[in-house]
Amino acid sequence: MATTVHEPPRIDEQRNRTPPVTGSGNGGGHALPPLSGELRRVKDSAPPPSSTGIWVVLASITMTFAAFTSALIVRQGDGKDWHHLTLPGILYLNTVVLLASSVALEVARRKVDAFMRGPRNGAAPALWLNITLGFGLLFVVGQYVAWVQLRAQGLFLATNPNSSFFYVLTAIHALHVSGGLGGLVRVIYKLRNATLRKSTLVATSRYWHFMDALWIYLLVLLWMKL
Amino acid sequence: MHDMSGHAAVHHGEPTSFIHKHVFSLDHKVIGKQYYGLALVAVLIGMVLSWLMRIHLGWTNYAIPGLHLLSANGAPGNVMTPEYYLQLMTMHATIMVFFVLTTAPFAAFGNYFLPIQAGAEDMPFPHFNMMSFWVTFTGFLVLVASFFVSDGPTLGGWTQYAPLSALGPVGGPGEGWGVVLWATSIAIFCVGQLLGSLNFITTTLDMRCKGMSLWRLPLSAWGWFITSCMGLTAFAVLMPGCILLILDHVAGTSFFVPSNLVLNDQLQPHSGGSTLLWQHLFWFFGHPEVYIAIVPGMGIVSHVLITNLRRPMLSHRVLVYSMGALGVLSYMVYGHHMFVSGMNPVSSLAFSFPTLVITIPSTIVVLIWLGSLYGAKIRINAASLFALGFISMFISGGVSGFFLAQPSTDIMLHATYFVVGHFHLVMGVAAMFGIFAGTYFWFPKMYGRMMNETLGKIHFWCTFVGAYAIFMPFHYLGLAGNVRRYQAFVADYMQPLIPLHQFITVAALFTGAVQVIFLYNLIHSRFAGQQATDNPWQATSLEWSTPTTPPPHNNFGDTLPEVFHDPYQYGVQGSAGDYVMQTSPEQVNSPHDEA
Repeated sequence: MATTVHEPPRIDEQRNRTPPVTGSGNGGGHALPPLSGELRRVKDSAPPPSSTGIWVVLASITMTFAAFTSALIVRQGDGKDWHHLTLPGILYLNTVVLLASSVALEVARRKVDAFMRGPRNGAAPALWLNITLGFGLLFVVGQYVAWVQLRAQGLFLATNPNSSFFYVLTAIHALHVSGGLGGLVRVIYKLRNATLRKSTLVATSRYWHFMDALWIYLLVLLWMKL
Repeated sequence: MHDMSGHAAVHHGEPTSFIHKHVFSLDHKVIGKQYYGLALVAVLIGMVLSWLMRIHLGWTNYAIPGLHLLSANGAPGNVMTPEYYLQLMTMHATIMVFFVLTTAPFAAFGNYFLPIQAGAEDMPFPHFNMMSFWVTFTGFLVLVASFFVSDGPTLGGWTQYAPLSALGPVGGPGEGWGVVLWATSIAIFCVGQLLGSLNFITTTLDMRCKGMSLWRLPLSAWGWFITSCMGLTAFAVLMPGCILLILDHVAGTSFFVPSNLVLNDQLQPHSGGSTLLWQHLFWFFGHPEVYIAIVPGMGIVSHVLITNLRRPMLSHRVLVYSMGALGVLSYMVYGHHMFVSGMNPVSSLAFSFPTLVITIPSTIVVLIWLGSLYGAKIRINAASLFALGFISMFISGGVSGFFLAQPSTDIMLHATYFVVGHFHLVMGVAAMFGIFAGTYFWFPKMYGRMMNETLGKIHFWCTFVGAYAIFMPFHYLGLAGNVRRYQAFVADYMQPLIPLHQFITVAALFTGAVQVIFLYNLIHSRFAGQQATDNPWQATSLEWSTPTTPPPHNNFGDTLPEVFHDPYQYGVQGSAGDYVMQTSPEQVNSPHDEA
């Protein structure tokens, strides 16, 4: 058998022809931001990648915390050194704050929606987004206060496995919340510059609500005695 | 057609400065080439490490000139200490598995060709894509940095079994900073691959051009898509494991170290961790990882083969379903790595069963390849030779998997060279052959020049024979009871095996040395190779329809392509010859058109 590398036929004629529109691909190209800063032109005709992307992100975060959970369950069942700690009371307050932030974000979404659809007079409705941001910051500060309280009780990262898991899980959750705060800042910035896509807002809010659900899950996990 | 003139400039315009063009580039093609370069550097380091180990295994007291420069403590008088052998072994495996077998077939070729094969102008999140490379690169630097800390890199093996890995310096050279750097590097690597997977998945699902249904994606694109789904879950689990391991080192926690552990006459200050916990977290990642290394290769090889067979595979869909089944099953089999770690017999059975089941999709894939090859007039070139070599290696390495899947035989073969031979052939060499096939096949598109075919064929035959000469004897060694991870074979029953080790060492030195042919071919062709045409292989998929070679910044110029056919319209009467390109609107009456 011999090598047969022929001179390829040119395909230029094909390229210049305009073919009939058929097929079932999604069309590509729709991930592009708008040409101008015109807010009302920012409509999504097809599901944009950020909509798929956010589920991909949430799936990987879920797997990460599933791994931590299985580690916690194994460790709790394995060692005789597990001392169940009483959760600091401020955590429950933090939970309320985080839930409130989600409510604020939903209000913000409706305001932005109305703003995108309706006549654009006045400033963009960033107020409720700022409130969300404020609650989010308050939550992170509240988590820090909880760590300070535990430290005052002499419970450090390495004190016992329960405190280890408490610090690790809350810290990594707080890191993810901080990432969400970054996302919110970006949304507010884009709203100001009239380059916000609805899909960006939707993706950010999905992420934010997921942080709520994740936090409640972690709270129950840390509270429960398995 | 989709008019996207103007849009492209907004998406991310063509960069003009050197830094934005070649260093911090948002272009998936540049990022793909960066990944390829990283893999090339990593594979050279990994290969030199394997040479050093092989020389030591063949001639234990041989002084390797200059070795003391790498580590004065690890090689006093240029003779490797037993500990340093283990340190080099760990680094060889880590570099190869993470920074070569994951980066080259998946991240490098996937980045370059997935968007083009899907008909997109780029990945949807180019900034994440750029981060993905630079984060991975940082991980590599952190790993390599461990060569230069006081007592060198970790000696715990690429699996880093606890408690040894979690104890700190008392565990031996490299078990302090070495492990911390190792775990940090791998955690960073995980972040990089998660960002990459995010882009791969969204590109495949959302960025396909008009007419490009999922079934019209080429098999290589399917390989990358399935791999990215695996990577998304696998790396997300390894990362927490690494975080906990780092904390056991630097924060004094006891996740993985049991209580009352005495090592080197010292009672360890840990209060009761779980040693098996690490293994579970590691292998839940570790087994999918071997498929992360091999599935892109399967896709690339199928793609290359079809082009050279000039006819489609027996079944496009069954091949895709089988690769998908490998992806799903790879999560259900991980416990087979722990048969001898202390697992109750019911669990062993529960992991043994899917392990035997996973051979079914693998076998189907192989049978489809063989069936498609049967009676075909294949075009022989460097790319198709390496694709055939891939199949050969995959079968040879896969057959030994049947023995290892069963706990009864695995208990005897575990921790012998039989296992080393198995995984080197089935995921190491096979994946490397996939990389070579991809390189010879796509180089003309990536650089606009052809590689030298004669050198490519010489490279193939030397590597093919060399790889078998190295790894086939491993199986015999394993059956003879030769334990793996030993740095010298002093036991009476292993003495007669030493000449075989010496033969393997010579074969390894030879096989490594002939890679110079490939390197020369790569570099020479890059600058002085024969000019490539747009479609030198007369192939059908979208990467061969780009307006220029290499493709322009936005891949397809001002208009995105439109697709009319399934990816492999070969053996038909087309206006261009025996094939019809995906972008060609001409009617084809083909029995193959499944899409």
